[in-house]
Amino acid sequence: MELLGLDVLFMGSNAMRLLGGLWVAARISLLSILISIPLGLLFGVLMTSKNVIVRALCRFYLEVVRIMPQLVLLFIVFFGATRALGVNISAELSSIIVFVFWGTGELGDLVRGALTSIPKHQYESAEALGMSKKQVYLRIIIPQAIRRLIPNSISLATRMVKTTSLVLMIGVVEMMKVGQQIIEATRMTSPNAVFGVYGTILLLYFIICWPISMLAGRLEKKWGTN
Amino acid sequence: MDFGVMLEYLPLYTQAMVLTLRIGWLGIIGSIVIGLIVACIVHFRIPVLRQLSSVYVEFFRNTPLLIQLFFIYFALPRFGLSISAEMCGIVGLALHGGAYMAESFRSGLESVEKIQTESAMSLGMTNMQLMRHIVLPQAVALAMPSFVANIIFLLKETSVFSAISLLDLMFVAKDLIGLYYNTTECLVMLVIFYLIILLPVSILGTVLERRLRYGTFGA
Repeated sequence: MELLGLDVLFMGSNAMRLLGGLWVAARISLLSILISIPLGLLFGVLMTSKNVIVRALCRFYLEVVRIMPQLVLLFIVFFGATRALGVNISAELSSIIVFVFWGTGELGDLVRGALTSIPKHQYESAEALGMSKKQVYLRIIIPQAIRRLIPNSISLATRMVKTTSLVLMIGVVEMMKVGQQIIEATRMTSPNAVFGVYGTILLLYFIICWPISMLAGRLEKKWGTN
Repeated sequence: MDFGVMLEYLPLYTQAMVLTLRIGWLGIIGSIVIGLIVACIVHFRIPVLRQLSSVYVEFFRNTPLLIQLFFIYFALPRFGLSISAEMCGIVGLALHGGAYMAESFRSGLESVEKIQTESAMSLGMTNMQLMRHIVLPQAVALAMPSFVANIIFLLKETSVFSAISLLDLMFVAKDLIGLYYNTTECLVMLVIFYLIILLPVSILGTVLERRLRYGTFGA
């Protein structure tokens, strides 16, 4: 225990504090995912629009999301917005804003992919069977689109959870920050704490993300892409 | 916006970009090598190594790069494994990216349809010929979209290097903001420099994808 520096976890309330930090990270990712879902669906439908200007704007937004590192976006919102707009956004709120901005773009692209990947003959066959527009969408298109959408969206969710580790860099006190505080506090008494604490944080992230990734993989295999 | 200030910062940012690019590309090359090895191990079902590589892939794909870097840089030296920050960045990126690359190569190899292999065999091709003329050209084309996406993803991930005190673009930007409060200028330059790094890769990727699509069967 002492060799691996795990003893510090049981000192005082260290374990609880670490879990508290995890909760902060979880809260940020959960809120962002929940807000991104409706916005992403909307954005995805917008991307299939026939209007050229709308499509170009969507394309531009998507490229920004794709190309800019999330950390740069965090900096822009956290440091830039304060300066440019004169509003003071807390670190946690700015990370939620960035994750929603990012999640909406990526989810929207997945929605667009799912919608356009349904072959045209599906629409035509349904219509040939005399289904109404509503029936075509409700019974034919949406069930298929959802099956294509869900596995990828779940992996997007794990990516969002992992990316919450970045909010450390704009000063949100989440799991990493708490871990650093614990390490600093016990530097003299148990110098190996750095191993135990960072190892534990790695494991905690793994425990959260791995089952979700497995679920995504399983669903993808089950539903297939065709 | 004060363009004089931006001009003054230009050398600092350029230096940082060179560092980001150097570490980024070395890390990416490392990740491609690791990815190829792991994908081969999984594809040819080499016992023991196969289980080990799937543990590796799952672990590195499901934990954030930032914390992997912290672990390599701060925790491993306690057990005598001490490396420089730059080396740590390269190793961390290679290990993290290797897991992603392995997945992309493996799914490329797997999605070459079985009928292709069987037809080639029935034509009397040897295993080498089968790989060279039938499987690999298709697998490369099939893996290309996720391969390019991975490269862009890894170049973006380099932004966390500032956490282990590497003087990359993020570090310079944060430092200058803290020193002189020219927030807008610093952030604009940050965005421009990341665009310089990532936009060509993104465009090249799109072009490459389009060209290679002819390689897939039935396209």
